Amino acid sequence: MTQTAIAEHADEHHPTSFVSKYIWSQDHKVIAIQYSITAIFVGLVALVLSGLMRLQLGFPDQFSFINPESYLQFVTMHGMIMVVYLLTALLLGGFGNYLIPLMIGARDMVFPLLNMLSYWTYLLSVIVLLASFFVPGGPTGAGWTLYPPQAILPGTPGADWGILLMLISLGIFIVAFTMGGLNYVCTILQARTKGMTLMRMPLTIWGIFVATIMGLLAFPALLVSAIMMMMDKVVGTSFFMPAIISMGETLDHTGGSPILFQHLFWFFGHPEVYIVALPAFGIVSDILATHARKNIFGYRMMVWAIVVIGLLSFVVWAHHMYVSGMNPYFGFFFATTTLIIAVPTALKVYNWILTLWKGNIHLTVPMLFAIGFIFTFIHGGLSGLFLGNVVIDLPLSDTYFVVGHFHMVMGLSPILVLYAALYHWFPKVTGRMLHTGLGKIHFWTTLVGAYSVFLPMHYLGILGVPRRYFGMAGTDYIPESAQLLNANITVAAIIVAVVQLVFIVNVIISLRSGEKAPANPWGATTLEWQTPDNPPKHGNWGPEAPVVYRWAYDFSVPGAKDDFIPQNVPNSAVEVTDAAAFAEAGK
Amino acid sequence: MSIFSKLTEKPWLAQPEGMDPSLLQPAATYWPARTALRFFLATVTVIFLLFIMTMLGRSQMGDFHALAGEPWLPFDRPVQLWWNTGILLLSSLAMQVGLWLARKDQLQASLLAVMLAVLFVLGFMLAQWYVWQQLALAGFGLTTNPASSYFYLLTAVHLAHLFGGVVALGGLLQRYWRRQSSDKVVASLALCTTYWHYLFGIWLVLFALLTSSAGTIDSLAALCGF
Repeated sequence: MTQTAIAEHADEHHPTSFVSKYIWSQDHKVIAIQYSITAIFVGLVALVLSGLMRLQLGFPDQFSFINPESYLQFVTMHGMIMVVYLLTALLLGGFGNYLIPLMIGARDMVFPLLNMLSYWTYLLSVIVLLASFFVPGGPTGAGWTLYPPQAILPGTPGADWGILLMLISLGIFIVAFTMGGLNYVCTILQARTKGMTLMRMPLTIWGIFVATIMGLLAFPALLVSAIMMMMDKVVGTSFFMPAIISMGETLDHTGGSPILFQHLFWFFGHPEVYIVALPAFGIVSDILATHARKNIFGYRMMVWAIVVIGLLSFVVWAHHMYVSGMNPYFGFFFATTTLIIAVPTALKVYNWILTLWKGNIHLTVPMLFAIGFIFTFIHGGLSGLFLGNVVIDLPLSDTYFVVGHFHMVMGLSPILVLYAALYHWFPKVTGRMLHTGLGKIHFWTTLVGAYSVFLPMHYLGILGVPRRYFGMAGTDYIPESAQLLNANITVAAIIVAVVQLVFIVNVIISLRSGEKAPANPWGATTLEWQTPDNPPKHGNWGPEAPVVYRWAYDFSVPGAKDDFIPQNVPNSAVEVTDAAAFAEAGK
Repeated sequence: MSIFSKLTEKPWLAQPEGMDPSLLQPAATYWPARTALRFFLATVTVIFLLFIMTMLGRSQMGDFHALAGEPWLPFDRPVQLWWNTGILLLSSLAMQVGLWLARKDQLQASLLAVMLAVLFVLGFMLAQWYVWQQLALAGFGLTTNPASSYFYLLTAVHLAHLFGGVVALGGLLQRYWRRQSSDKVVASLALCTTYWHYLFGIWLVLFALLTSSAGTIDSLAALCGF
C-alpha cells in the first residue's frame, strides 16, 4: 500500500510511429485526450437532443420532425449519454487518465495496454449506442432509467432494436470502465512517487480514487440488470416481466418483478451520481485553492468526507423509488440516510467557502467556473433535501421540480467543474493558453443562461407540470403562463447551447495561435505543473522522477518569498524572506 | 501503518529535512497485478451477490418453484453436479500443485499440472453443458420457471468467468514457452491460482443455492428481508 520504487517500471513502451503515438497509443496523456474528444463529441450529440426536446416544449407542435415517439427517444438518449457516456467518461477516462500519473509522479498507468484497450472498448460502446439511431424503430424511448415492463414492450419507441443496442452498449461500457478503473486504482495505490503519501495526494486524486472504487462496485448492478432484461427480451424469461397483456395479447411472461429492476438500477444509479460528483469535488477543491492562493480549508475533513460520501452513497438508492411502492419503514430508512449524506456534503461546501474567505482571489476563467459551481451545487443540494423527504417527494415526484433539481446538482454543477478543469489544465495539455475574454463570455452566458433554464423549472414543478410529457393538452390545473415560461426556458436553452460554440472556437483559435503557456501559469503546487517539458513528453519526468516533500496546498506560506511552494521542493530550496515566520508556520 | 493512522496524518506539518519517514520507508512490493486481481474479485463478488439477491427476491413470487426438495425434482439428488464439482476441484488442485512445483523451480512439471488444470476446466464446461441438456430433457427449459431460468443464467455467468480465466492462462502459458524466469511464472501463476480457487468457491455457493429446497430458499430470502 505504500509508495514504491515505481515508475521506472512503466517506461517500456516507447512509441515509434504515428500510429503507435497517436492512434494505438499506450501513453496515458494521449488516451486521456482520445477519451475527452470522444466524450465531448457524444456530449454535443446529447446537447442537440436536449435542444430538440426544448423546441417541442417551448413551441408545441410547431416542428413536424418531432413527434411523441421521437421526443421520448430524445429524452432517453440525452439522459443516458450525459450521465454515462459524457460525465463518467470525461471525468474518469479523460481527467483521471491525464492527471493520475502526473499528479502522483508516475511515468504512466501501471497497465498501459489495458488502458489503451479501455479507450477502444469505450469507443465501441459509443458506436453501438449511436448506431441505434439508424436501426428500424430508432433508439429506445424508455427513459434513461429503462424501467421494465414498458422498456421492452411494443408501444415504447425502439422496443425491438433500440433497447437491445442500449443494453449491449452499456455492457460494453462497463467492460471498458472496469479495465480503466482497475488501472486508476492500482496506479494510485502502487505507482506513487517517493514521498507521495496518501495524505499528500491532491484532492483531485482522492476524488477520482474513491469514485473509481465506487464504480467498480456499482456498475456490476447495471450489468446484472442489463443481462437479465436482455434475457427477458430475447429468450422470454420472466425476471422482471410480470404477467401482462400487451396490445390485446396475453404474453408468456409470468410473475416477474419490475420493482426488482428498479432496486438494481438505482443501486447503480445513486452511486453513479457520486461517481460523477466526487472527481468534480476534488477538482474544484484544487482549483479553488490554487486561484485563491490559499491552502484548502480542512484537508483531512475533505478526504474523510469523500470517503464517507462514497460509503453512504451505497445505502440511499431507494430514495429514487418513494412512489414505486415500498414498505413505509424503508422510506423512513432511506430518507434518513439521504439526510445523513447531506452532512459530509455540506461540510465540503463550507470548506470551499472558507477556502475563499480572505483568500487572494484571482478571478481567472477556471476560478469563475469553480465559484459558479458552488452556487449551482448549493441550489441543487438544497432542492435535494426537499426531494429526499418522503412526504415532500410524493407531490413533487415526476414533475419539473425533479428535472430542475438533478440538472442543477448533477448536470450543470459537474459541467461547470469540467469547464473549470478544461480552462485550468488546457495550458498543460496543449502548451497554449485559452483566450481569457472568450472564456469570460462563455462563463457568464453559460451560468446566467443555465440558471434561466433550470431555476424556473422548480416553479413549473411546484405548479405540477409533469416531466417526460410530449404535450400538456387538457391539463386545466396548469395555468397558461406556464407555457410562456416554457417558451422562455427554450430560448435560454438554445442560447446556452449556441454559446458552447464559443468554447469550441476558443479551443481551435488557441490551439493555432494562442498565447504560449508558461510551465506553471497559475502558480500551482501540484506535480503536473513541475514537469521538465510543457506539455509533458512520453514518460513525463525525463531521467529523474520527482520526489515529494510536502502536501499539495502550501500557498502563501508566511516567510516564503513566493506565494506557492511546489510539492517537489524541499525546505532547503525554498527562498525565504522571513526565516522566523517560515519556521513558525511549521515548515 | 494502518489505514486509520494514515488517514489521520497531518500533511501540512513539514518533516525535518532528511527525516521524512515516507522517504525512508522501504519500497513496498511492486505488484500491481495482485492489487488489480483483488479489486477485480471484489467486482466479481458484487456481480454474483447481486444475481443471488435478485434470485432470493424473485423466489418470493408465487411462480417460483425450487429445483430440489421433492423426489420428482431434478436436483433432489444432484449426482451429476457432485461429479462436476469434483472435476472443478481437481482443476483447482492441479493449479495449486502447478504453483507449488513452479516455486520449486520445476517448470516442466508445473506446466504439466497447469495443462491438466485447463483440461479439467474444459471437462467441467462440457459436464455443465451436459447438465443443461439433461435439465432441458427433463422439462425444465430456460423459461419453464424462474428457478430454472436462474440455474441456466448463474451457471452460464460462472462459466463465462471460468472462460476468462482460461484466456488469461493462455498469457501465462506463453511465459512457459518463452522459458521466462521462474519468478515471473510464479507471479502470474499465483494470481491465476487465486482466481481458480475463488471461482471454485463461487461454484460451491451457487451449487448449494441452486439445489436448495423451497424451505431453505424461503429462509434465506427471509434473512435478507424479502
